[in-house]
Amino acid sequence: MTTAVETETALGKPIRRKEDAHLLHGQTNWTDNIQLPGTVHMAILRSPMAHAKITKLDVSGALAQAGVVAAYGAKELGDLNGGVPCVWPVTDDIKMPAFPALAIDKVRQVGDCVAVVLATSAAAAVDALDSIVVSYEQLPAVTDMEAALESGSALVHDEIETNACYVYKMPCGDYEASRAKADVVVARRFINQRLIPTFMEPRSVVAAPMGMSDEITIWSSTQIPHVLRVLLALVTGIPENNLRVVAPDVGGGFGGKLQCYREEILVTNLAKKLGRPVKWTETRSENMVATHHGRDQIQDIEIAATKDGKILGLKVTLLANMGAYLQIITPGVPLLGMFMYPAIYKMDSYDFTCTGVFTNKTPTDAYRGAGRPEATYAIERIVDELAAEIGMEPMELRKKNWITHDEFPYTTVAGLTYDTGNYEAATEKALAMFDYDGLRAEQAQRRASGDPVQLGIGISTFTEMCGLAPSRTLGALKYVAGGWEHCTVRALPTGKIEVVTGTSPHGQGHETAWSQIASSILGVPVEDIEVIHSDTGRSPYGMDTYGSRSLAVGGQAIKAASERLVEKARVIAAHQLECSASDLEFINGSFQVKGDPSKSQALGAVAFEAFTAHNLPPGVEPTLQAEATIDPVDFSYPHGTHLAAMEVDTETGQVKVRKYVCVDDVGMQVNPMIVEGQVHGGVAQGIAQALFEGAEYDEDGNLLTASLADYLIPSAADLPSFDTGTTVTPSTTHPLGTKGVGEAGTIASTPAIINGIVDALRHLGVTDVAMPASPQTVWRTIQAAKEGAK
Amino acid sequence: MIPVEFDYVKVTSIDQAISALKAGGEDAKIISGGQSLLPVLRLRMAEPSVLVDCGSIDEMLGVRDDGGSITIGAATTHHGVMNDPLVQEHALLLAQATATVADPAIRHRGTTGGALAHADPAGDVPAAALALNASFVIAGPGGRRTVAAKDFFLDYFTTAVGPDEILVSFSIPKCDWGSHYSKFNRTAQAWAIVGAAAVVNVQGGVIKEARIGLTNMAPTAIRASTVEAALVGASSAAQITAAAMHAADGTRATSDLHAKADYREHLARVITARAVRAASGI
Repeated sequence: MTTAVETETALGKPIRRKEDAHLLHGQTNWTDNIQLPGTVHMAILRSPMAHAKITKLDVSGALAQAGVVAAYGAKELGDLNGGVPCVWPVTDDIKMPAFPALAIDKVRQVGDCVAVVLATSAAAAVDALDSIVVSYEQLPAVTDMEAALESGSALVHDEIETNACYVYKMPCGDYEASRAKADVVVARRFINQRLIPTFMEPRSVVAAPMGMSDEITIWSSTQIPHVLRVLLALVTGIPENNLRVVAPDVGGGFGGKLQCYREEILVTNLAKKLGRPVKWTETRSENMVATHHGRDQIQDIEIAATKDGKILGLKVTLLANMGAYLQIITPGVPLLGMFMYPAIYKMDSYDFTCTGVFTNKTPTDAYRGAGRPEATYAIERIVDELAAEIGMEPMELRKKNWITHDEFPYTTVAGLTYDTGNYEAATEKALAMFDYDGLRAEQAQRRASGDPVQLGIGISTFTEMCGLAPSRTLGALKYVAGGWEHCTVRALPTGKIEVVTGTSPHGQGHETAWSQIASSILGVPVEDIEVIHSDTGRSPYGMDTYGSRSLAVGGQAIKAASERLVEKARVIAAHQLECSASDLEFINGSFQVKGDPSKSQALGAVAFEAFTAHNLPPGVEPTLQAEATIDPVDFSYPHGTHLAAMEVDTETGQVKVRKYVCVDDVGMQVNPMIVEGQVHGGVAQGIAQALFEGAEYDEDGNLLTASLADYLIPSAADLPSFDTGTTVTPSTTHPLGTKGVGEAGTIASTPAIINGIVDALRHLGVTDVAMPASPQTVWRTIQAAKEGAK
Repeated sequence: MIPVEFDYVKVTSIDQAISALKAGGEDAKIISGGQSLLPVLRLRMAEPSVLVDCGSIDEMLGVRDDGGSITIGAATTHHGVMNDPLVQEHALLLAQATATVADPAIRHRGTTGGALAHADPAGDVPAAALALNASFVIAGPGGRRTVAAKDFFLDYFTTAVGPDEILVSFSIPKCDWGSHYSKFNRTAQAWAIVGAAAVVNVQGGVIKEARIGLTNMAPTAIRASTVEAALVGASSAAQITAAAMHAADGTRATSDLHAKADYREHLARVITARAVRAASGI
């Protein structure tokens, strides 16, 4: 009789990140640190105008400058001028204008690339930009989405004869019937403002012909080396098998590096043309205008309910700003939100319409949450407004309408099937951590005494969808890629393990977390496992990192590949131990004969046998490795309850996050410390949208928030200490039980903050506050409410 | 973000500095901490031919006790100024204002004299220097002269320091009045939307005299003279609030992304009252 042995596992332990010593000791290898002999540096002449004809462009003056190797406008570049790709044509009749890397005859956004100079130093390249002669004839700029759709508006792209990129409709049930039945209909217009991804490391790319072969290696500060390789092959015509893409250390992405940028296309093409390494690193000023932006939607939302608070239906009409061109998934971002407007609530009908609109602004695309923060903001705001309208406590209204834990799996009105969830448990825990009743009492007291500093409580009970998959679903949405992930696990003859993943971390801690998953299955210590990633030469297959997919999807591949490796090893071990495979149990990294612990073979010894191949069972091939490519059966659905206590100084409009409590349910946690870190960063980024960040343009299409002096991002000094907690309701559609955590905080926190501000001021007649809720905005909102009350 | 090519000279005396400025002509610029100048160079908003580094001139470093006043070398860092015992004892308002400048990294590099000579209307230390009646020692080819605070700040980014001159130090009469700097900004690292720097002489619970400098309410830091006059004799919060209603009088507030002029004027009234109440304990 055998006794079950509890295997010591690294899974679920808050171990410190393997990556951090390297990051903290300055041993990082950013793309801009790469110095190759013979490198030429590219500098870009960008358009200072939002919309103009290029009436003259002469780059010859630059060629005469010291150190200059080459200079190109679109004409000189000819067929090396790209075509920035868009892989998500959301409708059959979508308008997809050309997006050349260097503008041809016309510029359509401030920051459009007009010409490039290549020189032997970055300084020489920048200096020579002054010697390019360019003349513009200014055209009317299209900056307002509603005006852009009126007939007679100036056109961003003349050839498509409209500024409407597409109209996407998804009617679910009969909203008009719900509306007719409703006692109450609350309608609001929310502006989900434009944000600029301001990662710590600006974008950078180096491309180099490798000399001994036709290979061109591209190092890029990207989230998507694998996808980028495919796209660069398609765009440049360079055979894919001659391209190797490496993402070295990457200092943040947040969706802003989920892209195939014009600069990456130019650098790759010019490295091939010139036969030498080409390098480009963006300045922070370029970052603000030329890295894609996020959000920028006008959201008209209408909720129909009974007077006792039963939600009947929801109608959402969006205008989504595409900017001047379509980039990788520009049109699709609002559709990622489309499914999430009904959120955690049960209702009979849901009507969704989105119009994509071209404007003379920087293109939009994925930014942490991509569509889901916008949706969550609108639904969580309108639920609070509905509560106010019918005089119901906002948390009670949520409880009355949410899916209860015993109703899962639950298919929502939008057609998604949520596998698991427990909104009651997360909410109960959050309310206890928050001292909800105590703060409500203080709020009442401050109102009664007319305190200049009013208190409000903001609620956000959110869910989201992570890990875009399965691939056939993405195909049905016209997304031109799959949702799978790959992993190869190798047991090396010296006992070390290599985990080759197709995910591409840029701050998430994959090296640690993936080691923990493999360790828990292989019984090998975490420190003996090396995670190989972000290099198409060493990790040929992958779909990279975005949309909180890496653990939800990639983690499954690691689990499956590790388990397959154990099964192959079991056959070899059984042969060595002269027993049948079924007589072996695998405990703590060693195969033992059941009932005879003296007969065993460690995984490392099996790996050595597989390497020498002197005595393998018949039909078993040498080497010990296994791979898995996993296409999940569905999305995963993290959820949680976030609560913010907001103090509003009514004399100045200054707001302060006094207390922030969040309880997130991200399913099984591989490393709770990494989960907590992701929640902290995410919450900070969501608060940033609520209070600080917002790209502003003037009517000529000039970006006014073009530097970090005007585009404000908060630091630790501007944020409270977050009280984080978790509940664990494992996903049943993902074998590890994980759901994803990269975007949860960002999605949840924005409405919690704004709901809190409105709650603090509602007794003054305030029913909404625009984002970012700057002191001036809040103060003017209070003044307007006072005027309205007179 | 690459500046235009420039020459760089490091000097160790005021005389060398003046010679280097003369040699460099009108395109020469003084640098010490570089926290305001370098971003301007990197954005190519200025293209000086030569930078004269005055960060290592002994006479321009540190704080000394001159009996009735303290003297602060112009190249002393913000960090050095705000933590100096003499400043904390005799010119607390300056320490309070300096502590709000940007962030710790910048305060370790940037110099208080540099910030005064830069004269950014949104900078924090000019308002404190005005309220404290500072005086400025300026050296040039013709020797040295002393300029009172009220005559030092002339216009946007313009002071009494001429192109061939250098700010050596500034002195502050010892002041044991209550003091407070109220800075209103959107993030900790951001420039002031409005700031109010107040020193208040309170005797027996009554304000005898008050001096108030305002940040970012005009092309230069300015004194809130009407408020100062109205505060004399005040002994209650209500009287302070009423006096502070004059805070926008005579100002020339501008509009920008963070605040339109009317909101700045409103803020000036609110935070002037708050600064005076904190400084006076009333």
